Amino acid sequence: MYLYDHYDQAMVDARVAKFRDQTRRRIEGTLSEEKFRPLRLQNGLYLQLHAYMLRVAVPYGTLSGAQMKMLGDIADKYDRGYGHFTTRQNIQYNWIKLEDTPDILADLASVEMHAIQTSGNCIRNISADQYAGATADELIDPRPYAELLRQWSSFHPEFLALPRKFKICVIASDTDRAAMRLHDIGIQIVKNEAGEIGAAFYVGGGMGRTPFIAPLVKAFVPLDELITYSEACLRVYNRYGRRDNKYKARIKILVHELGVEEYSRQVEEEFAHLQTLAIEPPLAELERIKTFFADPAYEADLSDDLDLSNPAFAAWVKNNTAAHKTPGYAIVNISLKPIKVLADGTKEAGIPGDATGEQIRVMADLAKTYSFDELRVTHTQNIVLPHVRKADLFTVWEKLVAADLAEANLDKITDIIACPGLDYCTLANARSIPVAQKIAERMADKAEEIGELKLKISGCINACGHHHAGHIGILGVDRKGLENYQLLLGGCEGADTSLGKIIGPGFDEDGIVGAVEKATQVYLANKEGEERFLDTYRRIGMNPFKEAIYG
Amino acid sequence: MKIITGNDLKSGAVTWWNGAAWSLHVNDAADMGDEAADVIAAEEAARRVNGAYVIEAEQTADGIRPAHIKERIRALGPTVRLDLSLDPTATPDKVL
Repeated sequence: MYLYDHYDQAMVDARVAKFRDQTRRRIEGTLSEEKFRPLRLQNGLYLQLHAYMLRVAVPYGTLSGAQMKMLGDIADKYDRGYGHFTTRQNIQYNWIKLEDTPDILADLASVEMHAIQTSGNCIRNISADQYAGATADELIDPRPYAELLRQWSSFHPEFLALPRKFKICVIASDTDRAAMRLHDIGIQIVKNEAGEIGAAFYVGGGMGRTPFIAPLVKAFVPLDELITYSEACLRVYNRYGRRDNKYKARIKILVHELGVEEYSRQVEEEFAHLQTLAIEPPLAELERIKTFFADPAYEADLSDDLDLSNPAFAAWVKNNTAAHKTPGYAIVNISLKPIKVLADGTKEAGIPGDATGEQIRVMADLAKTYSFDELRVTHTQNIVLPHVRKADLFTVWEKLVAADLAEANLDKITDIIACPGLDYCTLANARSIPVAQKIAERMADKAEEIGELKLKISGCINACGHHHAGHIGILGVDRKGLENYQLLLGGCEGADTSLGKIIGPGFDEDGIVGAVEKATQVYLANKEGEERFLDTYRRIGMNPFKEAIYG
Repeated sequence: MKIITGNDLKSGAVTWWNGAAWSLHVNDAADMGDEAADVIAAEEAARRVNGAYVIEAEQTADGIRPAHIKERIRALGPTVRLDLSLDPTATPDKVL
C-alpha cells in the first residue's frame, strides 16, 4: 500500500489546520455561510437532511487495517455508531457536527486519510478495480497508476474549478469490475500488438440525468505519457465544457456535442503541445510509487484444498470468494447487505453499505491478521479482503458470521446497490433503502436460483445508486408529492457495458417490489442453459417482461 | 400553517422555530405567518441556525405534520433508522 511521504503528510496536515481556522471563523461569525460553504465542501462536508455529512476519500478503494479501524472509531466517537460505504469506494458519515469536523479531519490525517476533493467541481477520488494486485485476470497492477493520478490531481491548481465534478477510474483487466466506462475518464491498461503496455482512454461516460457509455478516445497511450494525456483531456474540457448550464456541464455532454472525433482531435492538439512542456512526472517517482504495491510475502506451495463439508461455509466460499493469482490464496468479499432471519421466520434486510463501528473494526482486524493488512472498498458497497490464505478461510468466515458480515450473496439479487435516498439526502425525490430492503426480504429465498442479477436503486436522477447500470435498475421519482419508482431493465457495467431502458409507467413502493419479482419469474421461465438474467433479457427483449408486469 | 426549520449551525441538528428559540422537536414549531423572513434573517445573522426556510405544515391530533415527506423525514428521522429518532412514537407510517 502507498504510504505518505512528508509532502503528502504536510499537505494534509496543513489543510486540517486551515479548515480548523475556517470553522472557528464561521462559528465566531467572521465568515458567512456563503463564503464558508465552498470551503467546507472542499473538505467533504455537506449539509444533508438531518445533519452535516462527511465524505471521506478512500483512494482507489484501498485501506490498511489501521485506516479501517480509524473509520470505525470515528463512527463511534463522532457519529451515531455507523458509516455508509458508497458507490465511489468512499465512506460517508451522516450525523457529523461542524464543531467536531476539524478534530475528525485531524484523526483521519493521523492515518494518512482526508476528505479533500470528495466534493466540488474538481477531480474526485480516483476509483479502481477492487481486485487490483490480487486477481490473475489483470495485465498489471493498476494501483501505481491510480496513485500517480491521485498525486497529479490532488490540489492541481488548473483543475480545482472545472465546469463540473470529474471522476476517473483505472483498471487493468478485461473483466471490468469498476464501471470504468461510466466515468468521465475510464482508463484501461492494455497491451498493444507490439506487446507493449499502455493505456486505453475512454472519455465522456457517466450516469446522472443524461447517461453515456464512454467512447474510446485513444486506444493506446504509452504509460510514460499517462499524465500528459490525462492533462490534455482535462484541458480541452476545462476550456470548452459548458459553464452556463449545470445539467450540461459534464464532459460527457462536451464529447457528445463535439463528437468523439473532434474532441479527440482537440485533445491530440493539446497533447502535442503539452509534450513540449515535459509535464510528465519523472520515471523515478513512478518507480518509487510502484515499490509500495509490490506483492506481499505470499507463502509458497500452499494447498488449494478446502473442507467444504459445512454447507453455509461452502455457500459463502462459492458466492463470496474469487480466484487469487497466487495458489493457496483467495479474494474474500464481505457483503454489507445482510439478511437476518427472525425467530418467526420473517426476514429483515440490512441497509446496503452500512456498517457499525464495531463491524468496521472487525473487518480491520481480519485484514491485519489474515490479509496482509489490506482491505478494499467496492463500488458495489461491499468490502474486500484481497489476500486471504485458503487455509484461513473457515476461520475468517466464522468471525464474519459472528459479526453479521457473512451474507453469501455477492452479485445476487439481494446484493443491492442503493444510494442513501430520501432518508438522508437533500437531493433525493424518493427513498431507496426501504425499497432495497423489501426486495431483498422478498427475494432472499430465490436469490440462489436466480443467480447473478445486479439490482441498483437511485432515489433521484443523479443516479448515485447506478440505476442505469443495473440488470434491473430502479429510479425513484416524485410524482405529485408521492414517491414513485420507475423500473429499468438491461443495464450492465462490466466489459459489455449497456444502459438500462425504462419498461413503462412507474410503481409505488410495494408495486415496484412486485414488478421486480415478476421480472425474475419471466427470466426463470425463459432462461436457456447457463444464461444470467441479463443474457435472457438481451435474447428475448423487453416485451415478455412488459407483458408479465403490466399484462 | 407555516413553520420555520433549519439546521443548528454547530451541530447540524434539524431545528424548528418555536416563536422564541429553536427546538429539536417539530411539535414545538410555531405558526409564523408573515414574520418568517425577519426571524430567518435575524437568526442566521446571529449564527444560531444554518439554511433556515419556511415550510407548509398542518396541526393534527398527533402533532404538527409537515406537508412534504422530505420534511416529515427531517422531523422524525430516517424511516430506516427510527431508533435514532427523537420522537419515541415515530414509525414509518407516521412519517409517510
